[in-house]
Amino acid sequence: MGIKAERVTEILNSEKFKNLVKKRLTVSITLTVIILLVYFGFILSIAFYKEFLSIKIGDHLTLGLPIGIGIIIFAWLLTGIYTRWANRKYDRAVRELRNEVLEN
Amino acid sequence: METIQSTLGQVNIASIIIFFAFVAVTLGITYWAAKKTKTTSEFYAADRSISGFQNGLALSGDYMSAASFLGIAGMVSLKGYDGLIYSIGFLVGWPLVMFLIAEPLRNLGKFTFADVVAYRLRQKPVRIASSVGSLMTIIFYLIAQMVGAGALINILFGFPYEIAIIIVGFVMIAYVLFGGMLATTWVQIIKAVLLLSGATFLVIMTLAQFGMNPVTLFEQAAKKYGDAVLSPGGFVTNPWDAISLGIALILGTAGLPHILMRFFTVPDAKQARKSVFVATGFIGYFYILTFVIGFGAMVLVGQDVVSYFDKGGNMAALLLAESVGGQFFLGFIAAVAFATILAVVAGLTLSGASTLSHDLYVSVFKKGKTDEAGEVRVARISTLIIGALAITLGLIFKGQNVAFMVGLAFAIAASANFPSLLLSIIWKKFTTKGAVSSIITGSSLAVILIILSPTVWVDIFNNPEAIFGLKNPAIISMTASFIVGIIVSLFTEEKDASDKFEDEKLRTYLGIGAE
Repeated sequence: MGIKAERVTEILNSEKFKNLVKKRLTVSITLTVIILLVYFGFILSIAFYKEFLSIKIGDHLTLGLPIGIGIIIFAWLLTGIYTRWANRKYDRAVRELRNEVLEN
Repeated sequence: METIQSTLGQVNIASIIIFFAFVAVTLGITYWAAKKTKTTSEFYAADRSISGFQNGLALSGDYMSAASFLGIAGMVSLKGYDGLIYSIGFLVGWPLVMFLIAEPLRNLGKFTFADVVAYRLRQKPVRIASSVGSLMTIIFYLIAQMVGAGALINILFGFPYEIAIIIVGFVMIAYVLFGGMLATTWVQIIKAVLLLSGATFLVIMTLAQFGMNPVTLFEQAAKKYGDAVLSPGGFVTNPWDAISLGIALILGTAGLPHILMRFFTVPDAKQARKSVFVATGFIGYFYILTFVIGFGAMVLVGQDVVSYFDKGGNMAALLLAESVGGQFFLGFIAAVAFATILAVVAGLTLSGASTLSHDLYVSVFKKGKTDEAGEVRVARISTLIIGALAITLGLIFKGQNVAFMVGLAFAIAASANFPSLLLSIIWKKFTTKGAVSSIITGSSLAVILIILSPTVWVDIFNNPEAIFGLKNPAIISMTASFIVGIIVSLFTEEKDASDKFEDEKLRTYLGIGAE
């Protein structure tokens, strides 16, 4: 691979790389927290306030139905949001950094 | 009270033909794959030739087991909304895999997740510990699948349980032994397509009975069995129980060895990321389908009939298929359910074999030095060992209530595999002793607590009251595993490991040096 050791340290300490890592961790952790809050919020609302999901919308249908299905779709959309961010912003930064590292 | 009319349990020609067609086609694919499975990269990782989309399908196939298809449809048919709560738990682990695990895993590892855990640490102790966590997860999962397979084939085709186990065992060994990861991946993809199409078709034909309007279906269910079926029932009674199960499902998904192994079959981290997006989409769609199927069975077949054939409701989807599509459709769905089992146990066998050969034999026994051909040979021998073990355990546990073993597998994955994997990726000060103690703590606590829990202590050992009150140990075992891993690491400084952490960042985040 032939990357000089000084080059490696240079890149690791560069603003650009540090920002990349920070951005990545921020996005990952934020989205993780969101999905955990949504899921455990759902579970705890069932444990402590079951009536909420049993609220009727229409003759028989309950609020729980669209919420439950909604959570499934939401989980998938979150992965889509991450993918779009990563494809657009993250991958571009990675490519630039890789070029800098490997260009010797 | 309707008279029970069903051909379930009788010989179904359509089923047998479709099933043998599936086996023939997949064995043909195995033959094709065998010619391309000579190196370790090919055996373990299909030579990284799988695309993000294909891997997404394969991952969803691995996850949509017969247990989830039949089990969840059955649960919905008998309990209504509670089945959805269960499904949601299984699904939300996937976003977590994408945000925290998929890309760093692909960048840092080679063939197994233990590669990643042991990346900066001392190979031998960490590999051994990881392998223990890995093998425990795989074996419990395998037992549950094999026993389920035997029982299912017994109900569907009337074959004796033992014959069913042996057939499943031999075919799955063939897939892995000759075709490695390439064969198992394509078997999973085919099965995923069959399962998703079959379930979609089943839903369309069911909704056709309700004017293509799911709302009408739900309303009919409520009219027939009361509004309670559209609301949460007894599933979440104890909040601690629910939280613990949720933890096992969400974090456990990120610790399942046979799932994690699939991330090494794609060329790079970006494709790994795409795989999770695709998989999450298909799995989410699948759970929505099983929800409708469950309600369809509730209304069109009736809860009496469903529970007559199996108390857990596992025949609901099949009975619904028969109701809307006759014997042929019943046969088709039955064959698909069977194919599903085969594909999943093959994936588990491959994962077990790779743990034995890549993690234990090569890295521990041979200290990392072995030639290509030698490692592939050991991998094939390991396949035979795991396969034989699966068959033997399937026979031993005949008739036992092994449903809890899936929960246990997830609990071990969440408690032993996930904490060490995550800490290894993100924490500079994680040490070898920390990793080993975290894995040992997580796995032993998970096993001990489940034995003392109502699922085993009361239901299986027939004691009056459980010593450990929760049905799933994850909240305790996972937390303990993290705490122990962190505390032990803080007390056992390992300069080599923390030094490597900085350099490793180039590989973790930029993929430089990834294999």
